[in-house]
Amino acid sequence: MLNFFLLIIIYAGIYALMAIGQNCITGNTGMLSLCHAGFFCIGSYTTAIMCKTFGLPFWFSLPVAAIISGFVGFLIGVPTLRLKGDYLCIATLGLGEIIRNIATNVNPVGMMSVPRAELFGYQFSSRNKFTFILLIWFFVAVAYILFRQLAHSRIGRAMIAVREDEVAAQSNGINVTKYKIGAFILGAGVGGTAGCFATAYTLTVQPSSFTFMVSVMVLCMVVLGGMGNLAGVILGAFIIEFISYFPQLVGLSSVIPAQASQIIYGLVLVVMMICRPQGILGRDKYRYGDPRTFTQKLSARLPGRKKEGV
Amino acid sequence: MRILEAQEVTKAFGGVVAVNKVNFNVEQGLVNGLIGPNGAGKTTLFNQITGMDVPTSGKIIFDGNDITGLPAWKISRLGIARTFQNIRLYNDLTVVENVMMGLHFKVGSDPFHHRLAQAFRSYFNAGKENRELYTRALEWLEFFNLTHVKDEFARNLPYGNQRELEIARALASEPKILFLDEPAAGMNPAETEHLMKIINRIKEHGVTVVLIEHDMKLVMNICDNITVLSFGQKIAEGTPEEIKSNPLVIEAYLGREDD
Amino acid sequence: MDTLIQYLQYFVNGITLGSIYALIALGYTMVYGILKFINFAHGDILMVGAYIGLLTYTALLGSSTSAVWMLAAFFIAMIISMAFCALLGMFIERVAYKPLRNANRLAPLLSAIGVSFILSNGAAWIFGAQSRRFPYPFDDTPIVIAGLSITPHQILTMAVSVIMMIVLTLFVNKTKMGKAMRATSLDQSTSELMGIDANKIISMTFAIGSALAAVGGILASFDFRVYASMGTMTGLKAFVAAVIGGIGNIQGAMIGGILLGVLESIGAPLLGIPSALRDTIAFAALIIILLVRPEGILGKNEREKV
Repeated sequence: MLNFFLLIIIYAGIYALMAIGQNCITGNTGMLSLCHAGFFCIGSYTTAIMCKTFGLPFWFSLPVAAIISGFVGFLIGVPTLRLKGDYLCIATLGLGEIIRNIATNVNPVGMMSVPRAELFGYQFSSRNKFTFILLIWFFVAVAYILFRQLAHSRIGRAMIAVREDEVAAQSNGINVTKYKIGAFILGAGVGGTAGCFATAYTLTVQPSSFTFMVSVMVLCMVVLGGMGNLAGVILGAFIIEFISYFPQLVGLSSVIPAQASQIIYGLVLVVMMICRPQGILGRDKYRYGDPRTFTQKLSARLPGRKKEGV
Repeated sequence: MRILEAQEVTKAFGGVVAVNKVNFNVEQGLVNGLIGPNGAGKTTLFNQITGMDVPTSGKIIFDGNDITGLPAWKISRLGIARTFQNIRLYNDLTVVENVMMGLHFKVGSDPFHHRLAQAFRSYFNAGKENRELYTRALEWLEFFNLTHVKDEFARNLPYGNQRELEIARALASEPKILFLDEPAAGMNPAETEHLMKIINRIKEHGVTVVLIEHDMKLVMNICDNITVLSFGQKIAEGTPEEIKSNPLVIEAYLGREDD
Repeated sequence: MDTLIQYLQYFVNGITLGSIYALIALGYTMVYGILKFINFAHGDILMVGAYIGLLTYTALLGSSTSAVWMLAAFFIAMIISMAFCALLGMFIERVAYKPLRNANRLAPLLSAIGVSFILSNGAAWIFGAQSRRFPYPFDDTPIVIAGLSITPHQILTMAVSVIMMIVLTLFVNKTKMGKAMRATSLDQSTSELMGIDANKIISMTFAIGSALAAVGGILASFDFRVYASMGTMTGLKAFVAAVIGGIGNIQGAMIGGILLGVLESIGAPLLGIPSALRDTIAFAALIIILLVRPEGILGKNEREKV
């Protein structure tokens, strides 16, 4: 029971990284991409190949995975991002499937017994889930801070402008194509690093685990939490992972079929779109010209105190 | 002085020639009107000039440079701002954020750095940049009396305010020319009156204005010169008085007498 | 000479495959024509169609081995499946898309992905993960003409597709309903002013598209077997076909479907691509067409109005 809880926290972390990437693409820039499973796949394989085949340390594979998936994102992005939203979604879905197809074609079994990640002699093992949680959530926090800064910068606002109205964005001097490609590269890069952690945890890579379902799950997290709201996206990752492990958690995995949780993901998309398209947390508001310091802002947000203003 | 010249601009959509060899001059510092019956090609001409579309043939000279066929984002960075016939605001951004978008390329850009380097600097200096953008955006909101709604989402503004906000956003980039596509459409007489005052104040600031409008009272009142399009061709240009008495214009609007 | 016959054989196979794509592509194209939105769940409707067809066919057949009854049962099953999918399509539109007609452009697309997920996983739940064979309703011994072999099920596939396409073309061009449908796709608000009930037309479009998908699904299951996720790839390729032909254009979907089928069938041996990567051809075709001629072969270049 506790084990499953910890498992949920670990997977929520891994998926939160992916969801942060997807949020950059879909939530901020408004491009419906469905190939995050592909970036995940690339990241997982990068770690597996670098650590196992070449015997390099895990940390080394992290930036390499980010760069490779970012580059693949760029390759995918250049031809497809000129397309209108609905075409983009199909084209990326196809490309994500192609990545998996290639992986399966090369080696349908995948790779096993990848060496563990190591830090100052300490080995991160799936047996000690607590340290793994620290590891993964440290990186989620880093990604959160980096992408939050992005969303609140001039660049991030331009991305939102592209989402809201491409024509108006052009008239405001925004090179729409460049922003789209940039967002795609960033999103893909983060998605890739999520794959590294998944490999570091399971120590295996299987092509069959990078299906379209993964992309939809990640999309669900973004939609559920609130498109463009990073905190919401992480909350979404928790909820979706909770749903996915619920049968095991309550010990009913023999009664509840595996498809039940996936049907719920589908329902989440439909119901959220109809009832609350802005997601659970809604839009992330930023106070410009707020003279308060970080700690003042934080204490104003803490419960029990009266909130001032908006 | 002519700040912008459209020379023999033609735009054909398949077999339909929407704009046919139109010469259109914009005089610096004045309010230039562009009028004509529905479907005369006014917005199409706007789109060619602002880079939303590429002309089939012809040239557009702005400030001595040929800008024909440049992408819209480059043209707007050169100093041509515009509004749209069917208001295009960033609905999920607040009012002040919309104006900040208008200021987007006024901050953090400098010619000595590569764009990517600028982006990095903007990323790390986000707080400082935001404060600067915010204060400058507030000044524009004050200019338009929109300060009280600065934190509203753009979608929640009343129609008249949305039109004003769109003008504020365009004006925030301190353009040399401001293109307004039917700014008074859907406004009531009081709002139109207010708009006229705003346009006059914009002119006083030294910004050249080009205006498509159907409201003749507004056009005749504030335009310094007027160009008339009909069926994609220029049929007249001159001062409001000349246009009022031009028989071709009257024919284009009212049809020929023997019809 | 042998290679020529071999390629002719690929060509014939390609046309069969292509006519299935064409049937499914029609649904994408008709919905896009009217709502300007890609019905992502269309592929899963064809899967439902295949299952319903298979279940009713086996139920109707029972233990009978009469050749006539086999064929009759097949067609009855097809009609039942069409009717079921038509209702399903209308229901999905009513529940998941209609409330979003004025929403942000991503909303209906996300909702459609949700529906697609519900359908395919629901089917996996009910029918299990095992794929099933759709039994041929006749003896499927190939007929060999001058070295070319054509199986009866290929002939059936082509015949049914051609008939469906002719019926659809007649319906769209000759009937009042069909004309209203075209009018709505040209300009919804004007056609409403002319007294056309847009809601009814949209429902109708979903019904027709889904019924055609059901036929496509049944025909596809001869070659691909029946399983819960069969709609994803087939649906995607049909969408590619619709784009190649010019999305929104009914003739375009038919041409695009046939073209893609032939391309896929001939392309793999011609370019020496392993058959496992055959799907790549369709997506390469999609990307190339979108870059070179995004409006497709017969489509009109629609620009966003500024």
